[in-house]
Parts: sequence; structure tokens; C-alpha cells
Amino acid sequence: MTDSAITLRKSSKWGDMWASICANKAALTSLIFILALVLTAVVIAISQALGFQILPYDPNVGDMDKAFIAPCAEHWFGTDQLGRDIFSRVLDGTKISLSVGVAAVSIALISGTLLGAIGGFFGGRLDNLIMRAMDVILSVPSILLAITFMAAMGRGLDKAVLAIGLVSIPEYARIARSCVMAVKANDYIQAARVTGDSNLRIILKHIVPNITSPIVVRATLGISSAVLDTAALGFLGLGVQPPFAEWGDMLARSRSFIFSAPYTLIFPGLAITITVLAFNLFGDGLRDALDPRSRRR
Amino acid sequence: MLLEVSHLTTEFRTRRGIVQAVRDVSFAIDRGEILALVGESGSGKSVTSLSIMGLLSSNGRISSGKILFNGEDLLTKSEHALRHIRGNNISMIFQEPMTSLNPIFTVGDQILESIRLHTKLSKKEAQEKMLHLLDLVGIPNPAKRVRDYPHQLSGGMRQRVMIAIAMACEPQLLIADEPTTALDVTIQAQILDLIYRMREQFNISVLLITHDLGVVAEAADRVAVMYCGRIVEEGKTADILSRPAHPYTLGLLRSIPRLDDNSQRLYMIPGMVPPPEEVPEYCAFADRCERATDKCREGLPPFIALKERNVRCINIISEEA
Amino acid sequence: MLLYFIKRLLMLIPVLFFVSVLVFLIMRVFSPDPATIVLGQHTTLEKAAAWREAMGLNEPIVVQYLDYMYNVLHGDFGVSYFTNTPVTTELLSRLPATIELSVIAIIIASVVGVFFGIISAVKKNSIIDNFTMTTALIGVSMPVFWLGMLLIILFSGYLHLVPSGGRIDTLMRPYGGTGFYFYDTLMAGDYEAFFNALQHAALPAVTLAGYSMAIITRMTRSSMLDVLHQDYIRTARAKGLSAKSVIFKHAFRNALLPVITVIGLQFGSLLSGAVLTETVFAWPGIGAYSVQCILRSDFPVIQGVVLIVAFVFVIMNLLVDLLYAALDPRVKYAQESA
Repeated sequence: MTDSAITLRKSSKWGDMWASICANKAALTSLIFILALVLTAVVIAISQALGFQILPYDPNVGDMDKAFIAPCAEHWFGTDQLGRDIFSRVLDGTKISLSVGVAAVSIALISGTLLGAIGGFFGGRLDNLIMRAMDVILSVPSILLAITFMAAMGRGLDKAVLAIGLVSIPEYARIARSCVMAVKANDYIQAARVTGDSNLRIILKHIVPNITSPIVVRATLGISSAVLDTAALGFLGLGVQPPFAEWGDMLARSRSFIFSAPYTLIFPGLAITITVLAFNLFGDGLRDALDPRSRRR
Repeated sequence: MLLEVSHLTTEFRTRRGIVQAVRDVSFAIDRGEILALVGESGSGKSVTSLSIMGLLSSNGRISSGKILFNGEDLLTKSEHALRHIRGNNISMIFQEPMTSLNPIFTVGDQILESIRLHTKLSKKEAQEKMLHLLDLVGIPNPAKRVRDYPHQLSGGMRQRVMIAIAMACEPQLLIADEPTTALDVTIQAQILDLIYRMREQFNISVLLITHDLGVVAEAADRVAVMYCGRIVEEGKTADILSRPAHPYTLGLLRSIPRLDDNSQRLYMIPGMVPPPEEVPEYCAFADRCERATDKCREGLPPFIALKERNVRCINIISEEA
Repeated sequence: MLLYFIKRLLMLIPVLFFVSVLVFLIMRVFSPDPATIVLGQHTTLEKAAAWREAMGLNEPIVVQYLDYMYNVLHGDFGVSYFTNTPVTTELLSRLPATIELSVIAIIIASVVGVFFGIISAVKKNSIIDNFTMTTALIGVSMPVFWLGMLLIILFSGYLHLVPSGGRIDTLMRPYGGTGFYFYDTLMAGDYEAFFNALQHAALPAVTLAGYSMAIITRMTRSSMLDVLHQDYIRTARAKGLSAKSVIFKHAFRNALLPVITVIGLQFGSLLSGAVLTETVFAWPGIGAYSVQCILRSDFPVIQGVVLIVAFVFVIMNLLVDLLYAALDPRVKYAQESA
């Protein structure tokens, strides 16, 4: 009976969430934009893997004769210092930004949630140790810590993913821990304990469903900051190595032509901003949908 | 009459359209009189008091009616003029003494603010007055307490401080919105007693808003019973409590647990209070009323004047019942 | 209060200790052999060994750490691999530039953010509220360095109002002094140089402030909305107070408490933002310098920067907590009775 009651509540909760998102125009538009972005990245990746070019121009090969063409019918966003088509490069850049964002958030989400949940569930010294470790990570501003990691480990995309993921572990750990502690204090968990449910069963049945929504919201907003951080590392020259297209790196290289060819840095920046904005708006919408208390604030 | 509310209608803009919270409400309070406005939550009694104070939230507005205070219509006054009346001629205390005091100012500061706002007393005179007020409302060791912050006082003490603030400028009308609801039973009696004493001492009028008929019996001279934004019965406290004429009043009275009643279960009025957007244009209680007939659903019943009371019902419970 | 302060100060010691261990480990354990970086790929094994010996890198890691911390506590952060100058000297000469920029930025962010946050909350759902909140949302979504470049294009490229980089024109640079150019030029009475420094600082400060400004605006608004619904605001209005006193005396003083926490936390993100902003504007501070050092793997400098920033960050958080306790009577008494 309790099982069916819980499923019932759950299904209506996700239904409510969906209705609430549909009612929120900004969140819905953002969701559609994000889906389009993911589709773009996937289609480009597949086409490149199969060896044909779906983009108007090869994003990584330029024609020096065609360097610095202002936006026109042939090159919508113009061309860069090496004559590469900026429109193709901006589109190609979705692959890196999205995959780094998702990968970094996955690392942080999985390890952070696990650490936090373990600490919250078992408490005691283990909990203390984990949370002090999180405090230490939090006591260095995150981008600086990411840069430090990269300074030591060396440049490269894989290391950027690792660095961005590592520094955002504490956020997830804290959310998971407080959720687990709140659930654990509930009477029905005590009852489950008394009736002899195993820890694993309690975790799967009671705790996982309860920490899903705050973690999902955090992860959505987390992708937006991961995209920003990726761009920042790319801008500092620590991310992707040439000739591959990454938005932050494109901006760094356009810096020298800031007055002569400002369009070279308008479009990659716009791509970052709009992507981050979409994840922020969707994350806000998701939070309002999952937590009615926060609505209209 | 000190306060005369006539045909007051207050409405709110909500996501479900415009909703009337107070519908064509009229009552009057004489000098030195305590009138209790009784009803369940959502009956419009608090909105009525906020309408008088001019403190409706931004989505609310008074769509018709008059509120005469000393013969002047408050609804035609400017915000500036109203500010001079608020806290000076009409003051108000609220249900939650816990949250009604500003947590970051000392008790003394919050009383002084009221005194200094409406009087031209010097700082020293105002301080003397503040100590006198605290003494008046029964706070021991006032000189020490004024330096306390609200969270350092008990609920009863906080409500006393609220009353001291309300009495700061010797108002003519005190509106007390559920002043005892959040307090322990023993403290409730003390606070009611204090309000009663203030009335005796300063001849102020009190509009007492409550859902608790026990409070009414203890303190009020007259009662107006509200249901779904309308007044359904109004008269002397003793009359109404001993011989209710409106079926709703009777229902309310029967739902009070009594020591001398041996029946097993507490009476409950059948059905639910309709949400404000679904209040019908006929007697709002008809759908829950055991005495209702088809005629009750034909239109709004008029006020029927009995001996010293008004009842909005066409099926009045007769004296002998 | 003093006891509480001392207690909090003592609690910082373990955090700072572990931060130093973490940074030390990252730099010494995960990083590649610094000898090949410093001496080049083609150095001989003997040369590399000799260099490591000279740098003390052959000692056990614990000894290295203790040595390092001993020196740090005596104000010595080691020597830069590349310039052979003490790290302390390198950082001290660049610190004033970063502090000057960050302080101006946090002032701009707080004043503008709080101002617009209040207006937005009081005029909720008005045109100005919608405009402010949209701008703030874009503000948190925009990369700092891109904002900086856009401002350069507009204000120095098209409008020629301000220079696009640097701290002051070379000829006007004050000699000696504290390194804080605003202070130095004012003390010297050189208003032309002061104005010049102000022109140089305008864009970087606004850029650096941008993100924090957006966060502070959003926080102020939501905190004000929260407070405006409280019962004591109704009490204040029932007293007959004017809208101005209700908003600024009763509401704002309460709403400020969470805002102060956010402003304190923003100081940390400001220090991170300085890395990017200083790079964009060629601002000769610690941020731009540490980027150079990272690109050439100058580990002692990076280590020093991270330790100093973590120290400043932790101290800032402590100051914010204390300020909070000083402003909120409930916190103070909770601490005393505990």
C-alpha cells in the first residue's frame, strides 16, 4: 500500500513539474534551445566520425586568402585570422562545451552525491572527515583551484574536465548530505529500520527518490557554470589545444584583433552567453517546478 | 458612533480572477465599546480590519462602501492623512507577537519610534512615557526590558509590548487581530484582561477579531458573526451566545467542547467553507445548513431586525427552540 | 564577542593547514618533474639531478613540506623558477594593483547591486524590475572576459573614452609610495595622474564587478521581498510610518543580513575573476601574473598565490560572519548562551 502511495505521489510530482515548466515560457524556450544544441553537437560529431562534413566549411582548416572577412552571405559570422569560417567553428564548439560541461558535472555529481550521502547516512567520524575535506576545497575560490590543478597536471581538455569536476564536488556533497540527514530523521525510516530493512534497501527505496530533485536542479545550474569555467580555462590557454574549435579559446585568439575585426569575438562570446543563459533559465524553471516554495521569488 | 463601516466590499486580484473577500459589510462601534468580529479563517474578518487601517496588500482594493471614523470617511483621505491616523488615532495589534516585532531593534526603540512619530515630546519625555507605558501593560522591570530584543522576551511579554506600542499615543480605536491565538491559555486570559483594562482606563473602543467564541464571551460587548465575507448575525454578546438566531452561529456554538456536555462526539458543521471565488449569490451557508429550504437559494436573505439584533436569515431559529 | 572571535580564528588554523597540504600535494606530487620544465627538455640527467638537489626536491616529501611551511610562516614563499626573485617580492609588488581593483569592484558591485535590488523588490513586476532582473540574469551568464572585451570595443574602440589596458600612463606612474596609485597620486597632489589612473581602472573595475553586481542584485531583491512580507513590516505600517522609513529602516536593515554574506562570498569570486579581468586588461596585478606563471609552470609562485588567496578568502568569510553577528542581535546572543 505504501508502495503504491509513493508511486502515485511521485508520478503526480513529475507531472506537476512538467506542467509547471510548460507554463514557464522562458524555461520551455530554454529547454527547446538546449535540446537543439545537443542535437547539433551530436549530429556534427556523428557526421565527422563518418567522415563527411555537415558544416558549411571545415571548422579547423582555413584559407589564408580569406582571412578576416566580415560577416556576409557566404560567411555568416565572418572568418578568423586563419581564414576559417567562424559560423562553422561556433557550431563545432558546441561539441566541446557541452561534453565538457556534462562530463565535469557527472564527475562532481557522482562523487559529490556519494560522499555526501555516505557522510550523512553513517554520520560520525567519517562524516566529519568528508565535510572537513569539502571545507578545504571550498576555502579556495573554485576557478583558482581548477587553474591550480591544471597548472600541475598540464593543459588539455581531459584535465579541464577533471579540474572543473573536482572543484564542484562540495556543492553536491552538501546537498546530498543535508537531504539524507533530513530523510533519515523521518519516522518512516526509523520504522523501516525497526522492521529490519537493510541499509541498501533503505537507501534505494527512501533516500534516492528524495535527493533526486535538488540534485537535478543543482546539476542543471552546474552545467551552466561548467560551460563558463571551460570557456575561462580555454581563454587562459589551458583547455583545448589548436586547431580544435572551443569558444573560450576562440575568444583568446581574437583578442589581438579586437579593434580590427571585432566580429571574430562577438559570436563565440554570444554562443557562451546564450548557452549558459539557457541552462540557468531552465535550471531556475526546474527549481520552481520541483520546489513550489521557491516560486515567485 | 466612533467608527461606522457601511457597505464595505473589498476585493483581491488573484490568478483565478477577482475575488471578493469582504462583501457589503456594515457595522458600527461606539466609544468605549468592544465589538468582536467572529468567524472561521477566510471569513474576511482580518481583511475587514486591514481595510479600516488602509493596509491592504497591493493586489487588494476597496471597491465600494464607506468607513467613517469620527464622522470622516477614511476612504477619501490621502495616504499622508491616513499615516497621521494610523498608530495615533487607530492602532492595531496582531496574532503573532513573535513575528510582529522587528527582530533587530530593541523593544524600547520600537516603542519610542511610535511615541516620537506622533507626538512632539522631547527625547527625555518620550523615554519617561515609554517606561510608563511598559509599566501600564504589566511588564516588570521596564528600565531593563527596554534594552532587550524581541527574541529575549516570552510570547506574552511580546504581546504586552505590542499593546504598549499600540497605546503609545492613546488611540481612540484599538484593532486587535486574534491577539491571543498564538499564546498559551493562561497567558491568553492575562492579555484579554489587559485589553479590557485599557478600555476601562482610557475609554478606548476595541475591534476584537477572533475565531474563538470563548474569547468573545469573556471580553466583548457586542458580536458580529462573519461567514464568507458577509456578516450573518450581529447583536449583544449575551443574547447571541445564549440564543443564537442564525443557524451558522448555532453551529459555531455547538462545535465548542463543553464541560457539562456528556455526548460522545463534538458537533461538526457538515460540509466545507466554499473557497472565496465560489461563494454563491444566495445565502452562503445554505449548502451546509440543516434548516435550508429551496427558498434559501433564491437570493440573498435580507437583514431581519429582532430585538437589538440583526440576522441575515429567512429561517431564523425561534426563541423557544 | 572577543571570545567568539578568538574561537573562530583558532578554527581557521586546521582549514588553512589542510589547504596548504592540498596545494603542496597538487604541486609536488601530481605535477611533472620541474627540472625538465625549468632546464628544458634537453638538459642532462646530471644537471637535472643537481638542480633537484639544490632545490631540496630530493628530501622526503614530509621534510619538504615542513621546510616549505617553516619558510612560509617566516614570510618566505620560495624563489621563482624563472626570475630567481623571491616569490614574496614578486607578489608584494603586484598586490596593490589587485587590491585596488578588487576593492573598487566590490564597492561598485555592492552599491549598484543593493540599489537596484531594493528598487526591484519594492516595484516588483514593474518595467524597471523586469529590466533589472533580465540584465542581472544576462550578467551571471556572460563570461567575464567577454564582457571586458565588449566594453573595450565600445568604450575605447568606438568612443575613445578610456584606454584599453594598463594601470596608468607610463609617464605619470608615481615613484616609490605604497603602490596604490590612487592613494599615491592623491598624496602627491598629482590630480592629472589620479584622473589618468581612474580612467584606466574604469573598465576593468566595471568588468570585474559585473558578475558580483548581478548576484548581489538578485540576492537583495529576494531578501527584500522576503522581509517585506514579514509581520513586523505590517506593524511598522500600522504605526503610521512613511513608506520610506518602512522600506529603509525596518525592511532594509533586516534584508541586509543575507546580502552581507553574499557580498563577502563575492569577494572570493572577485579574486578568481581578477585572474581573467587582469589578463584582458593587461592589469599588472597578481591575477595576470599567475596566469603567466601557470603557462610556464612556475610552481613556487602558483603555490604562493593560492595560499595567499585562500588565506584572504577565509579571513574575509570570518569577517563577514562577525559583521553578521554584530548586526543581528539574535546571532550574538545565541553564541553567548552556547
